[in-house]
Amino acid sequence: MSTSKPAVMQWIDRRLPVTSAYEKHMSKYYAPKNLNWWYVFGLLAMLMLVNQILTGIWLTMIYVPSTAEAFHAVEAGMRDLAGGSGWIIRYMHSTGASFFFIVVYLHMFRGIMYGSYQKPRELIWVFGMFVYLAMMAEGFMGYVLPWGQMSYWGAQVIISLFGAIPVIGDGLTEWIRGDFLISGITLNRFFALHVIAVPLVLVLLVVLHVLALHEVGSNNPDGIDIKKHMDDKGRPLDGIPFHPYFTIGKLPMIIIFLFVFCGVLFFFPEGGGYFLEHANFEAANPLKTPEHIAPTWYYGAFYSILRAVPDKLLGVVAMGAAIALLFILPWLDRSPVRSWRYKGWYSKIAVILFALSFIALSALGGMEADVKNTWLARFFAVIYFAFFLLMPFYTRWESTKPVPERVPE
Amino acid sequence: MMKKILLSLFVGLLPMMALSAGGEDLFLDHIKTDVTNKPSLQRGAQLYMNYCMGCHSLEHARYNRMATDLDIPEDILMENLVFTDASFGSLMENSMSEDDGKAWFGSAPPDLTLVARVRGPDWLYTYLRGFYKDESRPMGVNNVRFNNVGMPHVLMELQGLCAEAPHPVSDKRFDPLTGQTITEGGCEHYEVEGSMNQSEYDEAVYDLVNFLEYTGEPFKKDRERIGWMVFAFLAVFLVIAQLLYRELWKDIH
Repeated sequence: MSTSKPAVMQWIDRRLPVTSAYEKHMSKYYAPKNLNWWYVFGLLAMLMLVNQILTGIWLTMIYVPSTAEAFHAVEAGMRDLAGGSGWIIRYMHSTGASFFFIVVYLHMFRGIMYGSYQKPRELIWVFGMFVYLAMMAEGFMGYVLPWGQMSYWGAQVIISLFGAIPVIGDGLTEWIRGDFLISGITLNRFFALHVIAVPLVLVLLVVLHVLALHEVGSNNPDGIDIKKHMDDKGRPLDGIPFHPYFTIGKLPMIIIFLFVFCGVLFFFPEGGGYFLEHANFEAANPLKTPEHIAPTWYYGAFYSILRAVPDKLLGVVAMGAAIALLFILPWLDRSPVRSWRYKGWYSKIAVILFALSFIALSALGGMEADVKNTWLARFFAVIYFAFFLLMPFYTRWESTKPVPERVPE
Repeated sequence: MMKKILLSLFVGLLPMMALSAGGEDLFLDHIKTDVTNKPSLQRGAQLYMNYCMGCHSLEHARYNRMATDLDIPEDILMENLVFTDASFGSLMENSMSEDDGKAWFGSAPPDLTLVARVRGPDWLYTYLRGFYKDESRPMGVNNVRFNNVGMPHVLMELQGLCAEAPHPVSDKRFDPLTGQTITEGGCEHYEVEGSMNQSEYDEAVYDLVNFLEYTGEPFKKDRERIGWMVFAFLAVFLVIAQLLYRELWKDIH
């Protein structure tokens, strides 16, 4: 504790650990100095979370959770509110949802490349996966709220998946909907869950994710443990303070991201029909099924896996397994090294094939499930599963390169 | 399994589907809309209010906003384009009830505020020029782009009525043996003559579609203008941030 601290700060610190918390998590939290641009996506995910919460608060002010009013409330709100700028808030939220998933997918991929889930960071990864799961629930329920055609029919298809579960299936779908079909009751409860329940859980999980990270420290592209070499004050020799180096120091990266984000927001808000689907500009009509029902792009991979299996129950099981496998990733990787830079060729090829199959499955999820696409989805689903299921073998058998003791200059 | 769910939904709703099925392989004529072309938007608004508004509301938009955006003075708008007892600031609704619409046309005429964002301008442009005589239909007309549509050809006094299905202009057909053009597209024989010739009518439909493109996103011009200002701000900010970054990291490397 420095003595030059103002009296007010001293008074507070004796009652609330403000200074020590700031030092622990910001100014004296040491991050490896070799973090590259892949490490910006965690920060960007945080930015998107804040964006979603802030714009969400304002959208709640214009929204009316009723089947008769919801669609009009959103459209009229975009035109009339905030001096005719309501559309900025809505597009920030809809574009933000897609970008939240984009940056989180890149954040997860970085973790896979550099083995950030490996011991001692298993809990960081698991909390992160729970964040992702909460995001999927949040995104799904949020998509229902504008009460467009795709809101209604997407919900219809997704909720009906629970009906595949034996014995309790039908009761479960009814319990989720709160009605015999998707109705105002469903809309109201999704509104409550979307604006209060899930965001609270999401924020709590993000806090746990970050606390667990700050306990063990950040991984780095070389997978080197920087805590092995400390100076006489107990600071890692290859570490630099998180603040200001990775906060203000990341501003250029954040601005480059904002160029892309605002480019979509102001010039392509529909994102080519992927961020805002065309059919969702038509109010929900329970008597008129759209010609083509597709989930939003960020669920595409799992939806593809679901459709690739020619049995509803097994399809749901496969989809669940595709997500569940991600959770146990830390225990599937038996490699003595973390980063793919020091892993063997098997791991490198596996990671690249996994990324390609995930992209292909995501794209196929938005297309019609004809014979060709179904077989393509099966092909890529096999690669997806092979990446996880064969990981205990290829990571152990391949020869790895020695990891340097210190971060290379 | 997914297919089975969808299939059962489709079969159950087949009669409804017949009304909405568009068929995906049909040709579309392409246009380039321009929401900065105010004379075109004004003519489009005029056509819409006279021929469409009776059945199709624009209930998410307001008269005063349209008047401002399209430079239509309040008195001219209220006298010539508002046919209900609506006030200047009200939503553009009409007086047809959903039940009446259903009884008269088989399905209630939809609100069209956002139709351009659902269907796209090309679809609308092709559809509105695609009516032809078909005695087997309740309204005596059918449509090339929207088979068995419930809507009558309300623009008949302008276009006339085509005796047989007109080909979209993009669907130019050639004889596979001789290579000669079989049809240029458009209507060849009119059952009823309209007040406009084909190119005049195409232009009128263009204006109407342009207007619908505007109603779908009245803030499109603002959106792009603000977008450029945001870019300019970010560019300046990026320079400052980059200088800050260099200053900060010069001791590290």
